[in-house]
Amino acid sequence: MARARRGGPLVWLTESRNGLGLIFMLPAAVFLICFLTYPLGLGVWLAFTDTKIGRAGIFIGLENFTWLSEDRVFWLSVFNTFFYTLIASVLKFALGLWLALILNENLPFKNFFRAVILLPWVVPTVLSALAFWWIFDSQFSIISWVLMKWGMIDAPINFLGEPWNARFSVIAANVWRGIPFVAISLLAGLQTIPQSLNEAAALDGATSWQRFRRITLPLLTPIIAVVMTFSVLFTFTDFQLIYVLTRGGPVNATHLMATLSFQRAIPGGQLGEGAAIAVAMIPFLLAAILFSFFGLQRRRWQQGGGD
Amino acid sequence: MASVTISDLRKSFGTVEVLHGVSIDIEDGEFAVLVGPSGCGKSTLLRMLAGLEHVTSGEIRIGSEVVNELPPKDRDIAMVFQNYALYPHMTVAENMAFSLSLKGAPKAEIAEKVRPAAEILGLAKLLDRYPRQLSGGQRQRVAMGRAIVRDPQVFLFDEPLSNLDAKLRVSMRTEIKNLHQRLSTTTVYVTHDQIEAMTMADKIVVMHDGRVEQIGAPLELYDRPANLFVAGFIGSPAMNLLPGRVDGGRFVGDGGVSLPLPPPAPGASAGAGMIYGLRPESMSLGGDIPFRVEVVEPTGSETHVMGSVGGVPVVGVFRERIAARPGEEIHVGIDVGATHLFDAGSGMRLSA
Repeated sequence: MARARRGGPLVWLTESRNGLGLIFMLPAAVFLICFLTYPLGLGVWLAFTDTKIGRAGIFIGLENFTWLSEDRVFWLSVFNTFFYTLIASVLKFALGLWLALILNENLPFKNFFRAVILLPWVVPTVLSALAFWWIFDSQFSIISWVLMKWGMIDAPINFLGEPWNARFSVIAANVWRGIPFVAISLLAGLQTIPQSLNEAAALDGATSWQRFRRITLPLLTPIIAVVMTFSVLFTFTDFQLIYVLTRGGPVNATHLMATLSFQRAIPGGQLGEGAAIAVAMIPFLLAAILFSFFGLQRRRWQQGGGD
Repeated sequence: MASVTISDLRKSFGTVEVLHGVSIDIEDGEFAVLVGPSGCGKSTLLRMLAGLEHVTSGEIRIGSEVVNELPPKDRDIAMVFQNYALYPHMTVAENMAFSLSLKGAPKAEIAEKVRPAAEILGLAKLLDRYPRQLSGGQRQRVAMGRAIVRDPQVFLFDEPLSNLDAKLRVSMRTEIKNLHQRLSTTTVYVTHDQIEAMTMADKIVVMHDGRVEQIGAPLELYDRPANLFVAGFIGSPAMNLLPGRVDGGRFVGDGGVSLPLPPPAPGASAGAGMIYGLRPESMSLGGDIPFRVEVVEPTGSETHVMGSVGGVPVVGVFRERIAARPGEEIHVGIDVGATHLFDAGSGMRLSA
């Protein structure tokens, strides 16, 4: 430090440990500030103003939120978001775990199947959403067509035209897209469980269900906690799929908070109000993160001892 | 408790046969050790006993029951794994009680069975710990405790000591042997360490390349190895094997050294192409056989001498302290009764 002071700030910056550290951190810091902190801050600020597109707003306190609290469409979108997140996450978890367990067995062409499982995740969301758009088409839907051929229904199903049909249809599309992430992550988790534990349990007299319940599942919980936290966060903030499939319709039945926020802010021009909806998501996301923070803490059996 | 009978057992992985018809009888309450170099099929055999590997052909009986198609959970067998396979999310007590709690045994009964097992093994103070918080030796004991609580027909051990340090290995060896004497449950123990086999077994099964080379009591194998493989495998330092021929009632080594012959087995024809087996410890100082000294290793209780007899590398173990320098020649005598003669071609024993 003494030398640095003698040499002036430029020398300090390029030659001392802390100065170099600062320089090396700069790109990352600039990136984070420009693309994460600034937009987030701006969004929060906008939520407390009455900004419209083309007109700078003034600070209006909580007026946006008061207004939203009486807005039935907003509350409908909150309900939709929760419903969508809950059902889709439960399905993704159950089906993903099931797939992971199957893929963990010694199947022929195991690697081929593992690769195929990843496909829905690799395809860009907009593309898969477009495919689902056709699958759910009110006239040309392949599902309706097959069911009609089998004589199970008389008229095509109006997948995206009826509120509940639409809700379940978008959930189906989201589950299809989300399963690979869950399945592959859980598969990775399953592979960290030593085979000998299952063998020991089998010798101890455990049936395959007991082995799953008492060995596999408890050992998998730390990974399940991580994977499901991410899955819930992705689902809660989902936008693309809904926007391509239904744009929030019919009659706002599939509007999630993210799509409603965009709807109000950009096409609707009410930047302040849209921002307020987006900000309203923050408490829920924080809750999910806190939940995962406590869920992810090392369990007692994972602590202590090296090797 | 039960006997274990293995008849003509074969195992193939794909087209590769790893066990070529193995037959072993293990009596009720016996401590049998399967020993052999790695890859000889001993672990595979043990896993087949446990029901973790499918039987390709042959028969395994536990007691009088053929268990070939019985799943592991119905075999009433407890196994101690090489890596212990303790359930990391359960405490020591829960690990030991796992099999009982699977059966839905009441808590009182579980405690009643876990406590004595924990006391035998000195685990009473560790019952609330998780496996991660235990040392290697303690984990090893928990794995044994889990097996004891089961009170099974047969104990299986799969190289249980190979992850422990040398000192602990010796003390656990005694402990396992003790435990067996106490419980006298039929035990099958797999190891690649012939000292473990010698010190613990009632019966040793020496395996090599998927075949049984010899079955017998430890000293029987030491005194009368049936073939060259067993001769070289059992005993430490290993038996010296000198190639040569039998000529005029004496063994003549390829290097020209002449050694006294052990009494021949009935009907054995001796001639050219022989191997003379000489245990390092059956040599003594003060004979007529020249021994060129290369390295002297005093261990305190005895002296190991590496050198050569008739140009063939030989190791000798002597009770005396030897001050010979490298390059010097000493003269040694041989206990003729403790020497062995083998056919170099078939490897079979020729001496009585």
